[in-house]
Amino acid sequence: MTRHTDDDGDAEDSNGTNGPSGGRDAARERAGCGDCGCGSPSPGVPEAGRDEQPSIFVPDEGEVPEGEAGGGRGASDRAATDGGVESASGGAESAPGGTDSTELDPDAYDPVDVFPGGDLDLREGADSCYKCTSCDTSCPVAEVDDEFPGPKFQGPEQWRLKRKGDHDIDESITSCSNCMRCDDACPSSVPLSQMHNEARGQFVERQMEKLSVEYVRNRILANYRTSASLASMFPRTASFAMNFGPARWAMEKVMGIPKERDFPEFATETFREWWKARGGAQVENPDKRVAYFHGCYSNYNTPEVGKAMVRVYEHFGYEVMVPPQKCSGTPMFANGMLKDARRHAETNVENLVEAIGEGADVIASCTSCSMSLRQEYPELFDLHGIEDVAEHTFEALEYLRIHEDLEGELDAAGGLDDERAFAYHAPCHARNQGLSRQAVETFRDVDGVTMEDVGDSCSGISGTYGWKEEKYEKSMEIGAEMFDHMEDAEGDVGMTECPTCAMQMEHGTGYEIEHPLQLLADTLGA
Amino acid sequence: MAINSDVLVVGGGLAAVTAAVSAAREGADVRLVSHKASTLRQASGLIDALGYVPATEPAKPLRDGPPTAGRELDRDEWPDPEGPLADPFEGIDRLPESHPYRIVGSDALREGLDLFDDLAGDAYRGGHTERNALVPTFGGAVKPTARYPAAAEAGLASDDRPMLIVGFRSLTEYDARAFAGRLEAAGVPFDAAGTEVEFAEAFRADAKITRLAKALDHDEAIDGVPAREALAKAVAPHLHDVVDEEGGVDRVERVGFPAFLGDDEGDEVRAELADRLGADVFEIPMGPPSLPGLRLEDRLFDALDAEGVRFETGNPVVGVESASDGRVESVAVDRKGRTAPYGADAFVLATGGLVGKGLDSDREGVREPVFDLYVDQPDDRYEWFVDDAFGDQPYARFGVRPDGRCRPTDADGEVQYENVFAAGGVVGGADAAREKSASGVSLATGLVAGRRAATEASQ
Repeated sequence: MTRHTDDDGDAEDSNGTNGPSGGRDAARERAGCGDCGCGSPSPGVPEAGRDEQPSIFVPDEGEVPEGEAGGGRGASDRAATDGGVESASGGAESAPGGTDSTELDPDAYDPVDVFPGGDLDLREGADSCYKCTSCDTSCPVAEVDDEFPGPKFQGPEQWRLKRKGDHDIDESITSCSNCMRCDDACPSSVPLSQMHNEARGQFVERQMEKLSVEYVRNRILANYRTSASLASMFPRTASFAMNFGPARWAMEKVMGIPKERDFPEFATETFREWWKARGGAQVENPDKRVAYFHGCYSNYNTPEVGKAMVRVYEHFGYEVMVPPQKCSGTPMFANGMLKDARRHAETNVENLVEAIGEGADVIASCTSCSMSLRQEYPELFDLHGIEDVAEHTFEALEYLRIHEDLEGELDAAGGLDDERAFAYHAPCHARNQGLSRQAVETFRDVDGVTMEDVGDSCSGISGTYGWKEEKYEKSMEIGAEMFDHMEDAEGDVGMTECPTCAMQMEHGTGYEIEHPLQLLADTLGA
Repeated sequence: MAINSDVLVVGGGLAAVTAAVSAAREGADVRLVSHKASTLRQASGLIDALGYVPATEPAKPLRDGPPTAGRELDRDEWPDPEGPLADPFEGIDRLPESHPYRIVGSDALREGLDLFDDLAGDAYRGGHTERNALVPTFGGAVKPTARYPAAAEAGLASDDRPMLIVGFRSLTEYDARAFAGRLEAAGVPFDAAGTEVEFAEAFRADAKITRLAKALDHDEAIDGVPAREALAKAVAPHLHDVVDEEGGVDRVERVGFPAFLGDDEGDEVRAELADRLGADVFEIPMGPPSLPGLRLEDRLFDALDAEGVRFETGNPVVGVESASDGRVESVAVDRKGRTAPYGADAFVLATGGLVGKGLDSDREGVREPVFDLYVDQPDDRYEWFVDDAFGDQPYARFGVRPDGRCRPTDADGEVQYENVFAAGGVVGGADAAREKSASGVSLATGLVAGRRAATEASQ
């Protein structure tokens, strides 16, 4: 019962990332022969094999991976990601759809046959773009920022420019907030956010001055988990010190962190501490298991969200597992810190794959965490089991809507005794997962609950974006529409799934912000 | 366990919204699932019904053998289309029998337009008559259309007041002088002049139209002057640019701008500009992406919400999950790698045509990817098209073939699934681009499909 109550101790680092072999080799060894001295049990991979190709990510040493050495390109030329860009290029011969041009029958062939077929790299995305500019009109940054050329440039156009390596990545890529609205807008399924992530990673890796204030600040923002885990050792002191006036003035001057923003408060008891203290799962059920990916924020700042998740899922008879985990990578992608993200991904994938092997699906309460595990992980990293993690990950409310009779259950529960009204904002990342309306629809018929969707505008914070002094005003400008709509709405409690949207909502309106899981726990009496 | 509803609408455009609202008004519990943000943002915002009746037979017999793919050998000759039609309903009888209007009937179009009027409210004009209006579109063409945004009202080509067209150097696809010239060449009953003014130059060279609209919405300061005032000041010196036939100069009574005059606050922006200029102000619908399309999208999705329709975008419907006895029980929705079943008593397919990706094609053939419905097409793909780009292109009429209740039929004319209905671009038989009938087909088939689906679900 206490199987998964161990802390997500950073001791895990020694497993995945240290030593000359690097995490990649460790992962490959595990993939090849689960018992080859890594000291960890073989992770249960339900559908092994599909993603087993040598990773081509090169961490630091410039080591050229096996099978790629003859490619003629030094390791330093490689993108900081390994999302199949290069690993896929070897598959051209064996792939269907095209034949080698030397074998063409001169009398009967179609002109397209002269092109090699098979898996392509991001060219496919660039070619799918027919320049309709829908992405640009959906971009909340381009709407307010005259310096930002928009997602169409950052994606397909920049990709073409950098093909031959004679063009630097345009610095404006750092103004993309990674809200991913362009993905949702594109009628042609161009993988815009993937292109942005790659370009940003490459920019940060090769062009950004590593000692610059901006780099250091971004690295700190991106590695929120590190700061948060330190702060939560002395939560009250940290909450005070981080928001102490003179300290904030200094942070703005030295680090470029806008003094207008309040740092989130750190919980005096983290979610994991609570979980451990309560003795872990209260329900055992080998047939209905979920592994909770709480992410950093629910652990360090809003453990009440995590607790609500556990109560709701146990109410439905699920055995909740809380595997060791690190940051989902969302803030790291947005800052181009792909190596950091990959390091954390190794821990996450390894532990989540193990949970999946024990029959669990992965549940996140933060829509950016679920987005990262589902979409960005398989797009950017080539880790053993990463596809399985992606396919088994769901957002908490989404999962219940698919697998339980949520409406019936809410009906039976009879609603709230005291009327409550909420102004709901759908996070951008929820939008791309088809989740932007689920909270409003779930609670629409619940007695005592009024929930109003405050519209489809972006909150403007986009994770770490609004935490940068130079972006603060843009961030508030983007958010202005949402603030107005929130104030027009009947409710004076905000609601959203995303912790940083919640920060922005609170910052712009002074409202208290809740997560739908909290309301669900209340209405179900869980 | 499936996510259930009475009626599931697949798609997010005009046909899908029309079907969803029509079904909801019949009392059905409706859910709409759209893969991506609505493609209405690619639409001009004009609601056409039938502007032309194009010829379906060439002027002289086509040359034998495959088309020559534009190599100019022995070109096809096609008669000009009949039109612009003053009355869209009057032309329906002359369309081919396989045309959706012929199948669902002109009353379906009439009721579809009524429904649209109801949903669009005071944001649209044209509902007072069955006749087409002539609306100038960017590029200088005049389009026969059944309904048009209130923002375009002062620009109607049937109005004889002198007109100034305003352009901006940075909007390269929109040349105001050429526009005015083409309007005059088309024989409009008024004098027009085009001019380029300094305003958009204050923004980056490739500023998005949303950026310009936002600046006007918020009346942002442009070099210290509020945006609306700055724009009016830039235009004011040109109010006497129009020269009539006798060489006399008129003060223009209406001024046309590319359609970026605000997004949420469009009415206010237009009113303020009109007030400052002492002339009516109108917007000229532009190519995609378009603010009139975005505004229509907002309005229609608000209407969905008001009608109690559940909707979600972001995940595609990828196929039939289960079917029995000639009925589909559930479809599979791809949720980032894992499919979830969505069950319903009836389904409406409104995923669009070849451009909207409701039809998929490669060199082997053309398919309908969700329900794998029959799409009538020549086996030899060289018969999918004819040489003349403006001729009667067979591919333009590709799509599913519905019966009178909008249920797709197979090659033998038999209904494929009793509870699957189709609407909009995925329905074949119309050459929407030449006919100027895309919106009307969506409204007419959407209305019928939605109502029939609701009836089916209630049985």
